[in-house]
Amino acid sequence: MSVNTISKDRFKQFVEALIQSDQRVVGVQARGDRFVFDDLKAADALRLDYDVTILSPRKYVLPPKEPLLKFDGRASYESLQESEPMVLLGVHPYDMAAINQMDLLFSQDEYDNHYMCRRKKMTIIACDVATPSENVFAASMGTATVDSGYDMLLTDIGDAYVVEAATDNGKALMNLMPDARPASEADIEKRQAVWKKNEHDLNKHMLECKPSFLPKLLEKNYDHPVWEEKARLCYSCGSCNQVCPTCYCFDVQDEVNWDLKTGVRYRAWDGCLLQDFATVAGDHNFRKDRAARFRHRLYRKGKYVPGKIGGQIACVGCGRCITACTAKIANPVDVYNQLMERTDIG
Amino acid sequence: MCECCVQNNKDIYLPAPATITKRRMLNGTELYLHLESDSGKEMEYTPGQFVEVSLGGIGEAPISISSSPTQKGLELVIRNVGTLTRAIHKLQVGDKLGVRGPYGSTYPVEQAKGKDLVFICGGIGLVPQRSFIRYVLDHRSEYGKVTVLIGTKCYDMRLFREEIAMWQERKDMTVMETIDEAHDCWDGNVGVVTTLIPKIESDLPKSLVMVCGPPVMYKFVLMALAEVDVPQDSIYVNLERRMKCGVGKCGHCQINQHYVCQDGPVFRFSDLANVPEAI
Repeated sequence: MSVNTISKDRFKQFVEALIQSDQRVVGVQARGDRFVFDDLKAADALRLDYDVTILSPRKYVLPPKEPLLKFDGRASYESLQESEPMVLLGVHPYDMAAINQMDLLFSQDEYDNHYMCRRKKMTIIACDVATPSENVFAASMGTATVDSGYDMLLTDIGDAYVVEAATDNGKALMNLMPDARPASEADIEKRQAVWKKNEHDLNKHMLECKPSFLPKLLEKNYDHPVWEEKARLCYSCGSCNQVCPTCYCFDVQDEVNWDLKTGVRYRAWDGCLLQDFATVAGDHNFRKDRAARFRHRLYRKGKYVPGKIGGQIACVGCGRCITACTAKIANPVDVYNQLMERTDIG
Repeated sequence: MCECCVQNNKDIYLPAPATITKRRMLNGTELYLHLESDSGKEMEYTPGQFVEVSLGGIGEAPISISSSPTQKGLELVIRNVGTLTRAIHKLQVGDKLGVRGPYGSTYPVEQAKGKDLVFICGGIGLVPQRSFIRYVLDHRSEYGKVTVLIGTKCYDMRLFREEIAMWQERKDMTVMETIDEAHDCWDGNVGVVTTLIPKIESDLPKSLVMVCGPPVMYKFVLMALAEVDVPQDSIYVNLERRMKCGVGKCGHCQINQHYVCQDGPVFRFSDLANVPEAI
């Protein structure tokens, strides 16, 4: 690991050089009064001062629609893998934590090489949050800062960035920053101050328990009235799934060409809040009640997925679901805190 | 697929071609298929497992294996119920489809040795149970008494009629059949499958009981088994869910914390005590 400092002007030159390289560069940009990850065409468009993006960088790690294989007739199949080297620029710590979790989930048990191959070709430049968003609660979830997964980490310390190269990929990128100098003690302290501030400020909704308590809290509250109370307003639109950086459920569909013989099998994002998510042939729906689907999402985040990844809570506190939910019921902190109110913690 | 992936890992979503070598309708909606892998290599599986069956351009679905690994090829029974299964029903001998697997948990094939076994099958639930039943019959001396209860909605829906008739003639197993609705051609038991449970001669609390049927059946069968003191850890249920990937990723088959494609489809009932979505 090497830690350097680079002025913002010189950093812009680095981004220009990156864009000119043969890698695809995706970075955070303004779209109206909000922000998105998109292909970066000019260094000026990069906005590392963003608060939160509409969709998380999941859309590059696990694309909304991704070819898995092509077929020729009923029984002839060939794997497809279309990933290309890519630099993902400006990933916030909570989104980095989400990607780290997804890496674990797609590599454990049956190794998903469609996902993992794309990840291996990806260089992630993370950046600490400079502007807290209106609904962020990463501090409550322990993801206001992050210490792994990225190749390079940027921290805005005013007129410069502290740049930490954490991997060989990250160190190679340092070659594009000839003007960077080793970070001074004062710079390192400024970075510490940013971390400390974020661990305090990124908490617009405060979880009243440690995240590690959530599996136990949920275990005791399967039949709690809050599921029904909240879900009564749910439109089953799946917006909370759509914007969530840790949701990774998918559907698989075939698209056939005009010859009615050849085509491509895709996987596409799916959402457990959608009405037919658990419907089988014959129209039997195993999760037909809105409350059951609403509960399932929060159990997945707080209990089920943590059970697969060593207890890490699968909500990283980005707050996107809170903003996206039309009915204003998706706030996980609000639900978990309500469970706390009526639970004997023991 | 790029080089790094091809080198290290197979594509978990890639089906292998298989050819239909036998096909017949078992009733108005259930199609029996016998498949042979085009690679010539027998699939290694254990009773209880399932495969993902593909038709390029139409899709893929999880289907229980009905054959026993002691026999050649793979037998499936497919109900005509959706887009993919309708298309599979149109296939003829010699046609090909894609298969990947096997996936999922298995019946307690080893653990059951020496024990009395009771199979309770409702409708199409006979299909995966048949895999274990045939396996037991091919290793008959290794297991205790074998009792098979088969309940079917109506006379015309009955599956594997010749095979069941052959089972009924065997001295080393007991097979009882019932249909829900009386029929002119039927002089056997009429009523749901639970009406056969009191007729079981094995020492039920000491037997292993395998249950598979439509969702509505489980509750009644499990209640009936509780009444005659069958411990929950001696009961195995075979559950179905919507599955897309079969490998624990897509999230569709989840029942509470369990993935049916990995932790199931065969569950020990005692493991489902805190799994309210199971049934």
